[in-house]
Amino acid sequence: MIGAPIIETRGLSKRFGGVPAVDGVDFSLGEGELRCLIGPNGAGKSTFFKMITGQLRPTAGQVLFRGADVTGYERHRLAGLRIGIKTQVPNVFDGLDVRESLRLAARRFHRPAAAARTVDDILQTAGLAAIAGRKVGELGHGQRQWIELGMLLASDPQLLLLDEPTAGMTTDEVARTAALIGTMRQRRAMIVVEHDMQFVRMIAEVVTVFHQGRVLMEAPVGEVLRDPRVREVYLGRQADRHA
Amino acid sequence: MKLGVSDAGRLALAAAGVAAMIVLPRVVELFTLVELAVFCILAILALSLAFVWGFGGILSFGQSAFFGLGGYAYALAIANIGESTVPILLGILVPMLFAVLLGYFMFYGRISDVYLAVITLTVSLIFYHLINSTSGPDYMIGKARLGGHNGIPGIPPINLPGDPAAQLDIAVVFQVSLATLLLVYFGLRALLASQFGRVLVAIRENELRAELLGYDARRYKLFAFTIGAGIAGLAGVLFATWGSFIGPSVFSIGFSAQIIIWIIIGGLGTLGGAVLGTVLIQYLTTWLGESKIADANLVLGVVFIVFVLLVPNGLVPTARKLMSARRRVGR
Amino acid sequence: MDFAAIVLVQVAYAIASLALISVGLAVIYGMMKVINFAHGEFLMLGGYAVILPVQAGVNLWIAMLIIAPLAVGLFGIVVERLIIRPLYGRVIDTVLATWGLSLLLIGLASAVLGYYQEGSKPPLGSVAIGAYRESVYTFFVIGVATAVMLALYLGLKRTRFGLIARGTMQNPAMAAAVGVDTGKIYAATFGLGAALSGLAGGILAPISGVVPVIGATYIAKAFITVISGGATVLVGTAAAATLLGSVNQIVTFVTGPVVGEVALLAAAVILLRLLPAGITGRLFRGGV
Repeated sequence: MIGAPIIETRGLSKRFGGVPAVDGVDFSLGEGELRCLIGPNGAGKSTFFKMITGQLRPTAGQVLFRGADVTGYERHRLAGLRIGIKTQVPNVFDGLDVRESLRLAARRFHRPAAAARTVDDILQTAGLAAIAGRKVGELGHGQRQWIELGMLLASDPQLLLLDEPTAGMTTDEVARTAALIGTMRQRRAMIVVEHDMQFVRMIAEVVTVFHQGRVLMEAPVGEVLRDPRVREVYLGRQADRHA
Repeated sequence: MKLGVSDAGRLALAAAGVAAMIVLPRVVELFTLVELAVFCILAILALSLAFVWGFGGILSFGQSAFFGLGGYAYALAIANIGESTVPILLGILVPMLFAVLLGYFMFYGRISDVYLAVITLTVSLIFYHLINSTSGPDYMIGKARLGGHNGIPGIPPINLPGDPAAQLDIAVVFQVSLATLLLVYFGLRALLASQFGRVLVAIRENELRAELLGYDARRYKLFAFTIGAGIAGLAGVLFATWGSFIGPSVFSIGFSAQIIIWIIIGGLGTLGGAVLGTVLIQYLTTWLGESKIADANLVLGVVFIVFVLLVPNGLVPTARKLMSARRRVGR
Repeated sequence: MDFAAIVLVQVAYAIASLALISVGLAVIYGMMKVINFAHGEFLMLGGYAVILPVQAGVNLWIAMLIIAPLAVGLFGIVVERLIIRPLYGRVIDTVLATWGLSLLLIGLASAVLGYYQEGSKPPLGSVAIGAYRESVYTFFVIGVATAVMLALYLGLKRTRFGLIARGTMQNPAMAAAVGVDTGKIYAATFGLGAALSGLAGGILAPISGVVPVIGATYIAKAFITVISGGATVLVGTAAAATLLGSVNQIVTFVTGPVVGEVALLAAAVILLRLLPAGITGRLFRGGV
């Protein structure tokens, strides 16, 4: 990797009772790098994600953002560092309209005039201009996810953390999301937790595979998807039984 | 984001209010002015909860406690000082200070929903028991007796600043109450339209998302809670002046619940609804008490039950729905 | 030594009466997530359901243990059908409706029964504990409270009805899909909660008397106890009643009733600050 990592974890762990959901993970992402996190259910990806986004307190280990220790930071403080966070279930403002949602996101980091400009830009970029006046709660699932992504852009984040951005989407919506993420990419670092392998194939560069709370492997996407260990971890021992 | 009645409508409301302030004392009998004054005062109290609950998402059973603290602070201060300007300020600041402490305790402890409701209720009751037990000459603050379950009678009314002899008579108390109601209503409207108000509403909509956008929800809720306490305290000051009396019953669960009922009847999430709900229920209660047609509790109980089945979401939201439906049909 | 025994008995009584007045609300809130603002009035009705039959010559124990719970329980089933069920899921509306019901019941009781005060001495006389005397009725209340909590616990955990009720509350759609008549379950659960409240009101009637507005003295404490207990209905209420009742009684012994009340309230506030989801939000999770 060239240069210091933008986000790093050292020995990051989370135990629930006696069960280690995440077990001493060392992770590193470079500036401007895109990383996908994959792994079967219960592998610890979401718990890991929640720890680096301030939604869960780690039991042990550190999270570093550009070298600074941000372990245990409250979620609003992390967001204040211009880290964009998208949750697994879309968290949006159902009672507000699209424009107001984006305005709130922008206003945190911009003065009113600059915020208004930012909102107009995002409405264009994310293709939301036509529904700008609609109440978010009335819109479809896919649109709500895009609105959420739009809100993330408002802070001009250097790091984007997305948890299953295509969950519950149709094939067309997945393709559009891939395009949107491509536009959002620019020079930004991104971590995308995903389940949908088609989507991963569309956007991934390097992939980190989680298994039982630890990192199983970390390699370019083609290599990972061909790897027999990864297949086994997803399919279990069934492959052996039929052999 | 629609906030309800249009700006023109609100301007008309303000004008009507000012007109009422000037005209009513000349045409209406004193007894009615007394009733109208207390309706205004209770409406101010209701607005404090409407703001904190309807827009801040904080279900507080404690607005009555701030109301009581305001009234008691005013009563005790004016008995000791003799002039009303500082006591009025104390009546607003003491509840606010208490709200900062209680609010910090609750919001920074990430307490919410029904648990917050229970804590605010419990705090109200603590005040009730403590003050109720302060009967007798031992319980004094300076020159003033706390009065226990008998309360504090003979509270001097507000006077013109600096002139203790120029006490406000009941007609002026009515005007001051109505003016304060208008100021609080429009003040809250302005606050809600500001960046602070809009973030507060966003936090109520989805606290997690608001925080993930970088807003510290705890701070916003604490601020809103404190403002609500100040408004309730101001209402308490006016109440003590209006009736020359304050007693521990304002800290009871009955009164705490009553404020919540006013808001529900008028419509949660509106400001005008709070005023409407308060005035209607209080008018009905007073009328029932005077006319002795039937037991007030009985009638109110039936009214509430029927209301819930017929008018879900409260008066103002239902009225809005009917009006927008009619607009659509008329096209 | 005997003073310690008296203190222990009084503390147990405080816990028992707090548990009794709360358990009906706990069943309704814990199982149905309904906040029944008329809970105090169910207790009041239970009290009248003892006083009035006794005045008409009915045996006290029959009135307390059979008539009161039955009458209020049946009334609860009617209330559930007419008021609670149409508003299921609408929390704010349920608050207004049950508050309206509370006023309605107070109004009815005032109009029909007048301001009635029965200050009779509790039955069963007293017993000596060392140099002190304690009312036998105190032990009766403690006994009933213990029996009720145990019966409820076993009933909800071991019987078929308990299983079906718990399942319906957790996932009504699923319960309906496997053939459960959810309407009947809701009615039965609310009726059970009401019956328990009626029983409690009846048991406490000989001690505190009954007036139409007596509900107000119960509702706050019951509400606070149930919420402090947390989501696990019975264990939570028992735990909260134990903690708050003990604090109340012990502080009352040391300083007097007013400070004792304040201590109970303050303890609840501190408890909720430390355990923001109630006692069983973090500890003793799951279960009944």
